Amino acid sequence: MREQLLLLPGYLTAHLQLVLLALAVGASVSVPLGIAVHRRPRLEPALLGTASAIQTVPGLALLAVMVPIFAGLGGLLAGTGIEVRGIGVLPALVALTLYSLLPILRNTVTGLAGVDPAVREAARGVGMTPRQALWRVELPLALPVIVAGVRTAAVWVVGTATLSTPIGATSLGNYIFSGLATRNDAAVIVGCVAAAATALGLDQLIRLLEAGVRTGRRAWWGGAVLVLGALVLYAALSFALARRDTAREGPVVIGAKAFTEQYLLAELLAGRIGDQTGAATLILPSLGSTVAFDSLVAGDLDVYVDYSGTIWATVMKRDAPARREDVLAEVERYLARAHGVVVASALGFENTYALAMRADRARELGVARISDLTPIAGELEIGGDYEFFARPEWRALADRYQLAFRERRSMDPSLMYGAVRAGEVDVISAFSTDGRIDAYDLVLLEDDRGVIPPYDAIVLASARLARERPEVLAALRGLAGAVDAATMRRMNREVDAEGRTPAEVAAAFLRERAERR
Amino acid sequence: MIELRSLSRRFGDRVAVDDLTLEVASGELLMLVGGSGSGKTTTLRLVNRLIEPTSGGVWIDGEDTRRLPAPLLRRRIGYCFQQVGLFPHLSVAQNVGITPSLLGWSAADTAARVDELLALVELDPAEFRERRPDELSGGQRQRVGLARALAARPRLMLLDEPFAALDPLTRENLQLAFQTLRRELALTGIFVTHDMTEALRLADRIAVLHEGRLVQVGTPAELVRAPADERVAELVRTPRRQVEALEALLGDRSP
Repeated sequence: MREQLLLLPGYLTAHLQLVLLALAVGASVSVPLGIAVHRRPRLEPALLGTASAIQTVPGLALLAVMVPIFAGLGGLLAGTGIEVRGIGVLPALVALTLYSLLPILRNTVTGLAGVDPAVREAARGVGMTPRQALWRVELPLALPVIVAGVRTAAVWVVGTATLSTPIGATSLGNYIFSGLATRNDAAVIVGCVAAAATALGLDQLIRLLEAGVRTGRRAWWGGAVLVLGALVLYAALSFALARRDTAREGPVVIGAKAFTEQYLLAELLAGRIGDQTGAATLILPSLGSTVAFDSLVAGDLDVYVDYSGTIWATVMKRDAPARREDVLAEVERYLARAHGVVVASALGFENTYALAMRADRARELGVARISDLTPIAGELEIGGDYEFFARPEWRALADRYQLAFRERRSMDPSLMYGAVRAGEVDVISAFSTDGRIDAYDLVLLEDDRGVIPPYDAIVLASARLARERPEVLAALRGLAGAVDAATMRRMNREVDAEGRTPAEVAAAFLRERAERR
Repeated sequence: MIELRSLSRRFGDRVAVDDLTLEVASGELLMLVGGSGSGKTTTLRLVNRLIEPTSGGVWIDGEDTRRLPAPLLRRRIGYCFQQVGLFPHLSVAQNVGITPSLLGWSAADTAARVDELLALVELDPAEFRERRPDELSGGQRQRVGLARALAARPRLMLLDEPFAALDPLTRENLQLAFQTLRRELALTGIFVTHDMTEALRLADRIAVLHEGRLVQVGTPAELVRAPADERVAELVRTPRRQVEALEALLGDRSP
């Protein structure tokens, strides 16, 4: 818990940065738009319709869709000296701003429409110009409703901002995603409590501001303005400073997808690069699987670990089974040719998709190979991670083994193992290096028809890194064959079951490796 | 002096005001009467350009009202209407001082004027200055509305059934107060009402409208003596008929 709390200032600052800037931009766009709609009711269907449509997109999807958009924008602006990244704070900020539009816009329109027509008539009657009527009468009277919209937006945005972690913007979501993935309950709790407290605090602060203005209590609104202003200033400053820092000699940016092994390997790469070259490193954790690959291709990420079979199946769209070394060689050739991405090294282990069952249940049903499931699948339930059932490996499995399970459940990878252990599902799509396979007494079913491609862990480096920082590439090449499957499974278990942090375990590995030499 | 010259206003197919020509002399109070939809409120709102005419126009002291931007014109004309429309977020003093503040008066001048006006409409400035509109009775609100209309010393007042929503005692009080006030300040006024008793009591002259057209204009006595048609005759007879009906009723009940 203590080490989690030490991360709080960094995560909270980043989170507030996203939220306050998104709200500030959102409000300064939506209130004028609301006024325009009020003046020209013909605009209402188009503007409110658009804002509503944005709102119906789930938060995670809206954030995710920013990645290709901004990567494309970055490509268009490539020659101009303006650097736009597909991942990071900017796409998250834009998505969150869009998310804040609807409540503020709708409440501005509602608030202005709610002004008593007699008061409006009086404003004209005493000789106010339309602008004076707006500022002196309509806006002050609509203010409580507008502020209620800002408060709604604030609570939404604080919550949705936790989802910016997978697109590479640090937030309180870092606690939640990494905590879920590495079974660190303390991290999840700290993340949730901090996000809830932030939402409540911000809500009350804005409420105080509005009540102070309405009742003319200077102490209230003055205090609220002071605190909010300081927060916005702090957020804007640290944002600007961070932008400037990365614009200079940038750190090597290392990506990690959202599961334990990826956090471990990211730490391991960071340690290795630091030891060998002294270069600064920055880890973007909990990225979506395709977000990581796309960002590497776009040059927003410098390095991350992927698996040969993943590239083979989802990027190259190949589904014919092939031998391990052939897949590796073809993937390497393909990545270099199509994307300029360099396979720096194969780490020496495979983390393949495998179907797993509880050992006693498998014995009871007489299942050792996947083909044993074919006749009884209709009575069994299978659990898979979010991607699994959409992946070509699953289609190939279902097809070649004629698997028709009674039910399929998508779940978080971290909850999947617990579910099969508790008997809530019978079979899961395990990862072969997961520490919980041993810890929970699970068995991997043999792929007796050779359907699942090999999944060698490979260190991928961006074209830019390979070109500009050869010393870093050399350090990564030195990791070839450094980790075998047993070691990977042990390290995963140390994080998942023994409560050690990925950084500790990775550091211990590098230390032992250095001592052995 | 106010001149309405061939004033017309259409709303789509409907003619609300139809070729209306009228003059109101300086210091004179003209009452506009007529049934619902006769165009009396539209006529009033055409004078301070809350509505723009379809054709014709309004001249004040020989000057075409269209030569000024409408908001500047309205700052020179007092305007009172039935719903009052006090600004709920402002104090009584701020409400009364609104037109002076739009005209850029100094704070001291405005404050002095506010106190003077509150006294004029018989509200104790010390007691009412800082109150909010929701802390006032209906009669007090209308008094504040009257004070607000008078704040920038307009020579011309437009009143749209200002007392119609008040209880009878308050209404009579305010009618008397208004009558005194307008004589004292030598105001020129156009006053819309559907209450014939009010019209007969307050008017210098009465203009009767029907379906947007002027039926007759004259002093109360002229209208009673020589009504232009049966409708006007009926209209000016209503107060007397009501009194007679009332007397008959009370007479029956008396021992």
